[in-house]
Amino acid sequence: MSGFARLLRRDLSLLLGNGRGGPLLPMLFFVAVAVLFPFAVGPDAPLLARTGGGVLWIAALLASILPIDRLVTPDVEAGVFDQLALRGISEELAMAARLLAHWLSFGPLLLLATLPAAALLGLDGRTLQTLLLGLLAGTPGLAAIGLVIAALTTALRSGAALGGLLLVPLGVPILIFGAGALARPDDTGIALCAAISLALCAVAPFAAGAAIRAGREG
Amino acid sequence: MQASLAATDIACRRGDRLLFRGLSFALGAGEAMQVLGANGTGKTSLLRILAGLLAPYAGSVSASELPALLDGRLPLDEHLPLGEALAFWNRIDDGAIAPEVLAMHGLDTLLDVPVRYLSTGQRKRAAIVQSNARQAPIWLLDEPLNGLDIHAGERLQGAVAHYCAQGGIAVIASHQPFAVPDLRTLDLTEFAV
Repeated sequence: MSGFARLLRRDLSLLLGNGRGGPLLPMLFFVAVAVLFPFAVGPDAPLLARTGGGVLWIAALLASILPIDRLVTPDVEAGVFDQLALRGISEELAMAARLLAHWLSFGPLLLLATLPAAALLGLDGRTLQTLLLGLLAGTPGLAAIGLVIAALTTALRSGAALGGLLLVPLGVPILIFGAGALARPDDTGIALCAAISLALCAVAPFAAGAAIRAGREG
Repeated sequence: MQASLAATDIACRRGDRLLFRGLSFALGAGEAMQVLGANGTGKTSLLRILAGLLAPYAGSVSASELPALLDGRLPLDEHLPLGEALAFWNRIDDGAIAPEVLAMHGLDTLLDVPVRYLSTGQRKRAAIVQSNARQAPIWLLDEPLNGLDIHAGERLQGAVAHYCAQGGIAVIASHQPFAVPDLRTLDLTEFAV
């Protein structure tokens, strides 16, 4: 078993188990938005169907904030990355495994939760399909942004609150193209959303790894 | 290859303060050195510099291999039973944390206990096993006797003496006496600015 697989195994059992708050909270938050939105705007079915996709995108973006504060900080405090570095395992490799585990622990569940959420808002089949494809393309990017923020803010005392605030502006491009695809007849928005996600996922392990190394000097 | 650890004219700065400067030493296979100094003189920083986790402000460190480091923290997942938490490091270390290693440190009866319920001394023993079950040729120990009872402390000193007899290099930062044959000492206050 390679080093990456060993790291991924621990990260997955950490993030999927009850060690770091569990994977259910972001999903429940996401569904809760779909439950509350009709109460707030009233039972106007055409309005809900027209705006529901965008609301679910915002819910997905905000749900991805929830795991950030427990994503990296406990391991930095316990010296896990120091001990890995002393065994020749780079911060970049550890962060790449953490990124994959982070997405796996909230992305697929969010896609699954989109089905009941779309039903609650009365979205039609085509909108649901665009929404699912868009979230599939966009959530890896949200995971990448979340990981970099988690690594950067780990030394700060109010890191959790700041992390949520930082993700909002950084997630805007994904939101524009992902949610924008709902209003377009073709798939170009989803393609652009996927391109942004890919670029973020490629950069994130290096940025987060550098942040952890820089944090040692503090 | 023979293990070696050398520091050449290193200085350490934390924040605006220069903690020490002009520090040099060289250790060969089988040698042990105790780092002395009052609180805040930079013992922990020196060990982190030797481990390569902190860059020296000046000078250079050359180590023949990646060292093992025991610091004040326990890099185990708090919610897991000790056995499962150690299993991750056992996989990373290719199976070095064998049952006899655990028995030697009295941890074999604690494998079902969640890490967060362990006492201070038990946590320290787990950290000792985690830090160098893989027998890296250089072992850096930061306040290794903290929290250990007399028996566990004697056992650790015996283990370090055995480790050095096998050709390992040990650097111990502690202000308590540490009994290892032919122990060299380095007093950081001599290098303070």
